[in-house]
Amino acid sequence: MNGTFIILIVVCAYLRKALNTKNRQPEWDRILLAALYVSILGLALQVLASSIRPFLDWAAHAMLLGFIYLAFKHPVFQPVRTVAVALLPLELKYLADEITKKISPGFYSEWKNYFEAAGLFAVVWLVAMLIINNRQRKALAKQQAIAEEKEKEFKKAEEMKAVLAVQVAERTAELQGQKQALETALDELKATQSQLIQSEKMASLGELTAGIAHEIQNPLNFVNNFSEVSHELLTEMVEEIEKGNKEEVKSIARDLQQNLEKINHHGKRADAIVKGMLQHSRSSTGIKEPTDINALADEYLRLAYHGLRAKDKSFNASMQTDFDPQASNIPVIPQDMGRVILNLITNAFYAVAEKKKQQPAGYEPIVKLGTKRQEGTLVIRVQDNGNGIPRRVIDKIFQPFFTTKPAGEGTGLGLSMSYDIVTKGHGGELQVETQEGEGTTFTIQIPIQTP
Amino acid sequence: MKILVVDDEKDVQVLFEQKFRKEIRSHEMIFDFAFSGEEAMQYLHLHEQEAVLILSDINMPGISGLQLLAYIKQQYHKPPPVVMMITAYGDQENYNTAKQLGADDFLTKPVDFTLLKEKLKTAIP
Repeated sequence: MNGTFIILIVVCAYLRKALNTKNRQPEWDRILLAALYVSILGLALQVLASSIRPFLDWAAHAMLLGFIYLAFKHPVFQPVRTVAVALLPLELKYLADEITKKISPGFYSEWKNYFEAAGLFAVVWLVAMLIINNRQRKALAKQQAIAEEKEKEFKKAEEMKAVLAVQVAERTAELQGQKQALETALDELKATQSQLIQSEKMASLGELTAGIAHEIQNPLNFVNNFSEVSHELLTEMVEEIEKGNKEEVKSIARDLQQNLEKINHHGKRADAIVKGMLQHSRSSTGIKEPTDINALADEYLRLAYHGLRAKDKSFNASMQTDFDPQASNIPVIPQDMGRVILNLITNAFYAVAEKKKQQPAGYEPIVKLGTKRQEGTLVIRVQDNGNGIPRRVIDKIFQPFFTTKPAGEGTGLGLSMSYDIVTKGHGGELQVETQEGEGTTFTIQIPIQTP
Repeated sequence: MKILVVDDEKDVQVLFEQKFRKEIRSHEMIFDFAFSGEEAMQYLHLHEQEAVLILSDINMPGISGLQLLAYIKQQYHKPPPVVMMITAYGDQENYNTAKQLGADDFLTKPVDFTLLKEKLKTAIP
């Protein structure tokens, strides 16, 4: 009884399983299956037909050698080469046995022990190799499993990445849309803001209209009166010339000269008021020009007073000015600074008018306006003896749209714009001091930049 | 007849002196001028009973024409001077207040000098 067929059966079965030939190598699978059946048949014949046993032995070994040869030569069997390596000593020993028996039976029987030892070694080798192979296979399988796991994880990550990419794209589109909406809203806000600035300007101009009319009416009256009286004087002059009254003619001529100067002076006054009005409604140039702050302040003081006076006939306030002659040539943006001064004066008049309404008897409304040039700083002070600003709102007065006036009377932009003009436009400060029931003082401080 | 003109516009003086050239020359009228309510009060204090007619602007910084009117009508009784008010704001409220305070007449700017001359001549008999 020889185990070669059993080995063949095991090898064939093992190869089919290890190489998964059924799926990967159908041709080799058929060959291996055929070899498996042949081996089973051979095993059966070995048991039943003892007469052909030597031939069967040879056939079995030939098949095994064939496999070993293929294992070393053919790339398909490369993964199971260790099996061939394990079987090789056994087959070599068999070949050596057979060849030695045929050539020199005497030598064989003499060295039989050694041959048997070699056979034992071949079996030990086989077992050892199989154990090693098994271990390697297990380690390999483990590594493969790990690799597969990694592959799975990688695929999962890839899938998640794809999902994320889609989500990111969606979010990006969403954000892009939101950004655009915000930009549109911002543009609209900017447009609204400039409209508001314009309407604030127009509102303050509206308040001034009556004052402007009054201020223009006065010089116009003088122009009319002086030209009329000059006409009368000329008639008189002709009479005096006819009489030959030389001295009187000279006197009338002097008066006429003076009248023409007056007409010119008042004409210029009206002109300056109209120019000032235009300047107020015109958008700011943003350019600093040497400006007579006193003239600017005085002009707006009169305009604001007459503006309020036209609205509230019973209103009267004492205006006290304290102008520093040194404040006559200061580089400021005239339109902007004019608006600030006008706003502060209007507020002051409003404050005293409100207080006057509450306690008409014994209250003397006073608005003081002063300028001062000191150590490179221009100070403009607007003081009133009105009701003062309540403590709870003092922090809000420079905020846009904050107003204590009834709806429709104030835009709430005056002080916030004034604050911006003084701080941002002129690098200065706008401060407020107030005492409830006593009055309020606004102080503008601007550094004078000497060019 | 001495007339005190009260107006914060200084050129009023030149204008009146020329408009009433003949009257001044013939000493029919004498004009004095005050350029604020305060100045007018001071003048009245110093020259009591001199001016028989006061012509005052209403709208002036400081003491207004109406305050001056009230003061005159309270302080000066024998004989009370004639007070005419002049204003650029010829509205009903101003007119009523002036009348209530005892104003003898009420004129609006621009002043019609022909009319004023007539009024001045008839105001003091």
